[in-house]
Amino acid sequence: MSSKVRRKPRIAVFKFASCDGCQLSLLDAEDELLGVAGALDIAYFPEASSAMVKGPYDIGLVEGSITTHHDAQRIQEVRRQCKTLITIGACATAGGIQALRNWKDVDEFIRIVYATPKYINTLKLSTPIAEHVPVDFELRGCPINKHQLIELITATLAGRKPNVPTYSVCMECKRKGNVCIAVAQGVPCLGPVTHAGCGALCPSFDRGCYGCYGPMESPNTESLSSQLRILGQNNAEITRAFRSFNAWSWQFRKASEETERT
Amino acid sequence: MSKQPSRTIKVDTLARVEGEGALYIKLKGDLVQDVKLKIYEPPRFFEAFLRGRHFSEIPDIVARICGICPIAYQMSAVHAIERALGVAIDPSVRMLRRLFYCGEWIESHALHVYMLHAPDFLGYPDAIAMARDHQAVVQQGLRLKKAGNRIVALMGGREIHPVSAAVGGFYKAPSKSALKELVDELKWALDASLATARWASGLDFPDFEQDYEFVSLSHPNEYPFNEGRIVSNRGLDIDPSEYEDNFTEQHVQYSNALHSVLRGRGSYMVGPMARFNLNFDKLPDVAQQAARDCGLQAPCRNPFRSIIVRAIELVFACHEALRLIHEYEPPAAPRVQACARASTGQAATEAPRGLLYHRYELDQDGLIASAKIIPPTSQNQKRIEEDLWHFVSQVATRPTEEITLKCEQAVRNYDPCISCATHFLRLHVERD
Repeated sequence: MSSKVRRKPRIAVFKFASCDGCQLSLLDAEDELLGVAGALDIAYFPEASSAMVKGPYDIGLVEGSITTHHDAQRIQEVRRQCKTLITIGACATAGGIQALRNWKDVDEFIRIVYATPKYINTLKLSTPIAEHVPVDFELRGCPINKHQLIELITATLAGRKPNVPTYSVCMECKRKGNVCIAVAQGVPCLGPVTHAGCGALCPSFDRGCYGCYGPMESPNTESLSSQLRILGQNNAEITRAFRSFNAWSWQFRKASEETERT
Repeated sequence: MSKQPSRTIKVDTLARVEGEGALYIKLKGDLVQDVKLKIYEPPRFFEAFLRGRHFSEIPDIVARICGICPIAYQMSAVHAIERALGVAIDPSVRMLRRLFYCGEWIESHALHVYMLHAPDFLGYPDAIAMARDHQAVVQQGLRLKKAGNRIVALMGGREIHPVSAAVGGFYKAPSKSALKELVDELKWALDASLATARWASGLDFPDFEQDYEFVSLSHPNEYPFNEGRIVSNRGLDIDPSEYEDNFTEQHVQYSNALHSVLRGRGSYMVGPMARFNLNFDKLPDVAQQAARDCGLQAPCRNPFRSIIVRAIELVFACHEALRLIHEYEPPAAPRVQACARASTGQAATEAPRGLLYHRYELDQDGLIASAKIIPPTSQNQKRIEEDLWHFVSQVATRPTEEITLKCEQAVRNYDPCISCATHFLRLHVERD
């Protein structure tokens, strides 16, 4: 390796069940895109390019969750092809909104949407990538923050730890100087248990955080559930609050199953 | 029977579309035997898991159907729910929703024109490769896309899955002065859109016209976004609540997206070309004149020229955004309260890719009892196949590689969003 001419690191972008929004974040980095393309060889990115270079790749970005037999096999091959595998977004990291099927009868779901159920081939569960293969870094968010993505790619290339804080949205709110909407206005807010990264968007827009970045490092969901009850939410509402884009993350899953039982 | 020469053309992934699908074309000699647009994007079952959710949660959830056009999903959802609950919105909120949509159209059309479609015309695999020879063009496209994204981010906090849309209005309405900060960039964007239209009109277009039924919203005095009747060039003229009486969905074995057809008539086209052809007289003078300067007349029946039509809609969206910002006065309250009651509501709005229909049935507690969502790409799916039947016949004598590239381009004419319709385009051309 050492004697070879240094080539640009190769990056690939793979999609599983998802909305395409997280990979679009790369194209939404309008100011950085041509710079990124200069530093990296974008070898496989079907949403942006019809030139598809075969692996192996230095960095693989994976968007989406595993919902079919075919995809469960495909992720194994993707892992083999990628030196560093990074999952981007709530689908890849926590199963996504489509993981709401995990509490239901998927055959009934198929009948609701499709006239001829036998044409549809799907798994009973929507699961995150890390349930199938080892993952080197999980970037959270529904969608991810494009600045965090650029930081993560830069850090990976430099071989350093990315600066992606794991504290809660509350910290971002404090830094922004927001008045706490849960305390001051009694608005139910998932900020205390939710991973930072969005920049405390929802409280800045006069609404409670709805948890799209998933659980923070060590969330006290039990305490938050009691607070939400004090603010007037019933157990069905609290269960739904934990069951959105990161419903299948084990922390939010545990929290929703506890409130569902009570 | 003479033995026909046979060829198999296979492209594993059709790129530069949003989502996962495949295209299968079978030729015997130079005769087309079969065309199938296969969508195997795994189904995500939105209509099923929306049941039991409260109506106030719906705008955030349905946004996740599509990362490229989340606002379209939010807008069709809030209008359908407001129709169910009998909510009348503030006129300023109505203006803000149009402005929000302008941002999404600019971002989405600039993405498609410059990064997904233009490389076909100029012979590159992607916009990054194109930038090596056409740096100024690509940079103009990126800046234009960013101008649209700035509107969305200012009004909704972020470009993808913005957080401000609510049933009854917005969680927070922007101030006049905040919107004014967008003006200089939008003035640049308007000029850049005019330049885009001129540039696009100079590209080479295959000689290919079809006799389409165009379907879009139509409003008495506006180019349509959020409101209007559903009309066509063949006499359709209905309220969105009558949509399901006039259109039906078919489930075909090879696709995870349902095919939508007009009852008794078959395929139709939604999207920029349909809107342009049915609403040309509602475009502002600057957009009408730009179209004339490009030699573009309504009706335009060549789908390859949709790249110019998108550029004209960019002109419209920039002009409309400037007008709305100029006239904007913040609403008295960012949103009006909606009270739960058992009811059903339907609405259609114009997503960048075309008509997007939603229906929600609510129970007395405001929980969703049933939902129906019909995205533009599933409406265009059958029409894309029919274009290919005719187009492949026209180019069948050309080398296989050229046919393949042209067919991919023909699919991209529709800017298909397979994530919406379900997802992944893989192209097979089989000669047998």
